[in-house]
Amino acid sequence: MALIRKKKSKETPPVSTASLPDIVFMLLFFFMVTTTMREVTLLVRLKKPKATEMQKLDRKDLTTYIYMGAPKNPELYGSEPRIQLDDQLGNIGDIQSFVILKREEINEAERPKFTVSIKADIDVKMGLISDLKQELRKAQALKISYSTNPAASPEELYKTY
Amino acid sequence: MGRKKRSTPEINAGSMADIAFLLLIFFLVTTTMDVDKGLMVKLAPWTDEPPPEDNKIKEKNIFVVLVNSNDQLLVEDDYLSIDQLREAAKDFIDNNGDGSCPECNGIRSLASSDNPQKAIISLQNDRGTSYQMFVKVRNEILGAYSELRNNLSERKFGKAFITLNDEDRSEVVSVYPQFISEAEPVSIGK
Repeated sequence: MALIRKKKSKETPPVSTASLPDIVFMLLFFFMVTTTMREVTLLVRLKKPKATEMQKLDRKDLTTYIYMGAPKNPELYGSEPRIQLDDQLGNIGDIQSFVILKREEINEAERPKFTVSIKADIDVKMGLISDLKQELRKAQALKISYSTNPAASPEELYKTY
Repeated sequence: MGRKKRSTPEINAGSMADIAFLLLIFFLVTTTMDVDKGLMVKLAPWTDEPPPEDNKIKEKNIFVVLVNSNDQLLVEDDYLSIDQLREAAKDFIDNNGDGSCPECNGIRSLASSDNPQKAIISLQNDRGTSYQMFVKVRNEILGAYSELRNNLSERKFGKAFITLNDEDRSEVVSVYPQFISEAEPVSIGK
C-alpha cells in the first residue's frame, strides 16, 4: 500500500494561541481580586429611608460616611442607636475630631467640596441626628447628604405611612 | 500494514480567548459600584450667639412645618398628611402675594408668601421624630421646589429642568431659590 506523505513545508509554524485564554483569565482574576471596594464592615443595622429627590454623590474621595443605627450586637453595645465612625462605634463627642481629620486628608483646593454622608437607619430618632448635625456645624462640615435609597414614585412614600 | 492510530482531534482553543474577553467585559460593565445618593443639605454655620431677636421676616413669608414625636405633621397650624404637604408647599412658594414674580402662577393670597425670593420653609421636628418621617418631609419639600422649577423650565424652554444648560438653569433657580431652614429640635409635645 502506498503511503501518501505530505511534503514538509518550510514555512514558519503559526504562533500557538492556546495560552492566550490563560493569560486573559489571569488578568480577569487579577482584576476581580484586586478591585475589592474598601467598605467598612457595618456594626449597626442599616435600612436606609427612601426618597425621590436625591442627588448623586459623585466624588467618593471627598465624602466621609457616618453610619447610624441600632448595633448588630446588642449584647456588647446595647440596643440604643449608635454612631459608627469608620470601623468602630463612636460617641457624639468623637465626631468633630473625626470629621476634621477626614477633611485634612483632602487636598486644600477641594476642601470646600467636602461632604458628609449620613447613612442612618429609618428607626433612628431625630434627637441623635440633630446632635450629629450640631457637631458637624461646629466642625464646619456644612455640606451634608442624607443618604437614601431610590423610591419608584412619590406615592410609594405615602403608602408606608 | 501499520495500525491506524486513533487520536481524538484537538479542540480548537482559538475561541477561548474571545470567551474570556467577553467575560472580562461583562464583569467590567456590570460591576457598578453602589453609587451613593442622598438629599443634599447645606447646614448653617455654627454660632455661639443666639440669633438676633428682631426678625425682619414677615410671618406670612415663613411656612412652618412641625413634626411631632408621633410623626404627625402640623403645617401652618393645619393637620396635614404627608401626601398633601407637597401641594401645600407649592402653593405657598408660588403664591406671589406682592406680584413681583411674573413667572409665578400663584393665587396671590395676602396671607401667604410675597414672592419665592422671600418664601422660607421652616422645618421643625421633635427629638422623638423618626428619621424616616424627617426624610419624607424633607423629600416632599425638595419635591415641591423641583416641581415648580420643572414647570417653569417646561414653559420657558420647553424641556425638563435637568436637561437645561447652566445659564438657563441658574435663571430658573433665581426665580425659585431654595430657602429651607432646619431648626434645632425642640419638644413640640406628644
